[in-house]
Amino acid sequence: MSQPSNELMIEARGVEKWYPNGFQALRGASLTVRRGEVVVIMGPSGSGKSTFIRTFNALEDFQKGSITVDGIVLSDDLRNIDAVRREVGMVFQQFNLFPHLSVLDNLTLAPVLVRKRPKAEVEQQAWALLERVGIAEQAGKFPGQLSGGQQQRVAIARALCMEPRILLFDEPTSALDPEMVREVLEVMQNLAADDITMVVVTHEVKFARHVAHRVVLMAEGEVVEEAEPEVFFTNPSHQRTRRFLDQIL
Amino acid sequence: MNSLLRRLRAELFATRTDTVLSLALITMLSLGAFGVLRWALTQAQWTVVKVNSTLFAVGRYPVEQQWRLWLLTALLVAASGATWGLLRAHPRPDRTGVLWPRNDRLAVGLLGLIALAVPWALELSLAIASRWWGLAVLLVLCRWLAGRFGPGLSPTGRRLAALVWPLLYLVGMVLISGGLGLVSVSPSEWGGLMLTLLASSFAILLCFPIGVLLALGRRSDLPLLRWGSVLYIEFIRGAPLITLLFLGQNILGFLLPGGLAPDRVWRAAWVLTFFAAAYLAEAVRSGLAAVPRGQLEAARSLGLSYPKALQHVVLPQALRVALPAMVGQFISLLQDTTLLSLIGLLELLGTARTVMANPAFLGRNGEVYLTLAVLFWGCCAALGLGSRALERRLDPHAVPSAT
Repeated sequence: MSQPSNELMIEARGVEKWYPNGFQALRGASLTVRRGEVVVIMGPSGSGKSTFIRTFNALEDFQKGSITVDGIVLSDDLRNIDAVRREVGMVFQQFNLFPHLSVLDNLTLAPVLVRKRPKAEVEQQAWALLERVGIAEQAGKFPGQLSGGQQQRVAIARALCMEPRILLFDEPTSALDPEMVREVLEVMQNLAADDITMVVVTHEVKFARHVAHRVVLMAEGEVVEEAEPEVFFTNPSHQRTRRFLDQIL
Repeated sequence: MNSLLRRLRAELFATRTDTVLSLALITMLSLGAFGVLRWALTQAQWTVVKVNSTLFAVGRYPVEQQWRLWLLTALLVAASGATWGLLRAHPRPDRTGVLWPRNDRLAVGLLGLIALAVPWALELSLAIASRWWGLAVLLVLCRWLAGRFGPGLSPTGRRLAALVWPLLYLVGMVLISGGLGLVSVSPSEWGGLMLTLLASSFAILLCFPIGVLLALGRRSDLPLLRWGSVLYIEFIRGAPLITLLFLGQNILGFLLPGGLAPDRVWRAAWVLTFFAAAYLAEAVRSGLAAVPRGQLEAARSLGLSYPKALQHVVLPQALRVALPAMVGQFISLLQDTTLLSLIGLLELLGTARTVMANPAFLGRNGEVYLTLAVLFWGCCAALGLGSRALERRLDPHAVPSAT
């Protein structure tokens, strides 16, 4: 496992978010992630984990607090938001592949449109990435023809094709059949060995134990506990964490 | 033959109820068909159609300028043949299909039959009849060329091929109305099937972008845009087309910038466009609603701007879903053009009414209306077939592709 540097990639301070219906999803959540670090966020459903990481690439807005991603302060400035999204890749629970495009075109769409790179060059890179996640032979197929696990691996390759410095995973294995979870986790584990910074919302305890540098527990819109995996799972300092662990272990 | 009989038995006479129902239906259908045929062959006097065939086709378009319409028809036929070949012989760009699927062979046979029979039935002169035969040959030739050489086109070439239609529309406008060295023919001299097709295709082409913008406006976060779109859509949908057509004749001249709506024909075409756009917007909106929210989020999280995400991710999926509903709109738009006769324009129905008002053809209404019905049915069938071919081609799951 590579060691994270001291450079801060994500710095979220006291983030508060209300939905239009008045519900407060985040109540002063804070988190810092260093370069190359793999952080796993756990927590009961409705605790705001997904909302929290979705604020990191401005898919959700927030009303109070501050978020800095790769040195860019997230604000209402649209140029900032676009800049951040170019640096931050995201993998969704429901894959969200583009069903009208082939696997290869799913990968090349954004680099060609957003980074204005020549199509041939991007395709070469896309082939390499598909090779890496083990589905190069499916490049000409459409997402609807792939299994869930294959789709999620394509989604990871698609995010990587933009060469992001940070990858966010929003419950990447929750929508998968059990036998497909492993193939996706293996791909993620391989990624973690690289320099890339990862923030992963997941319920996969094994992954958290063996891959994460740090595990975070969120509850009621706040970060409750932050610790190295060993400590988190064996000797957490908060009552809330123990209750949560009792339920899932 | 034996297998056909067996299939018939399985499908029509499997049980006693089936047999009774089938026999009853077959009797009713053959009685109906027999009645119509007997009327068409013995009672009906088709002189009214034979004598007025040019009038039904192009109205009072000046005879010495009609070569322009022949040229335009030839261009349209060529483009239709090419489109037919591209859509049917290649269900998808990455795939080579069968050059002549069975239905296409049937269609060619049927077209050949029509090309031979219609000039004969209308007692056209040999010079005119041979032009129709030439057009039929041109259609099949272009169909074959596009089917044979279509896959050799580069993606850019294919994209450019789709541009032929709007381009052809502009060429057609010049050919019909004149300009660029051609004698100008005023819209008041246009008529018949030509005017019907002109008005409906104008409205179809223009209502599409307007409808898409309205649908997007209705889902927009900007309140002014949203309410503006809602107000427009609901107002138009709440008013009968005929009212709007009369209204358009009276006030459109003030609303549109000078030169855009100088003529009654164009005013009516614009009203049709704005009318159809409101309905189309609702069809597109249903398509947009069918695209999961995650699609936009995924596109945005990859750094695509909102317009780019719409263009490359959301709209292609939404329009595919909305396509059947949109074509339904186009078909009813085509039929709505008959209302133009009520504001005094001589499109197909208007022409028919002037013909029937002629004392020489008194009481020949049945023949005329049947001809009209067949013409409209032919146009709508072509639209429907085209849209289904397009749908199949756009469906990513229709055919598994080889890598």
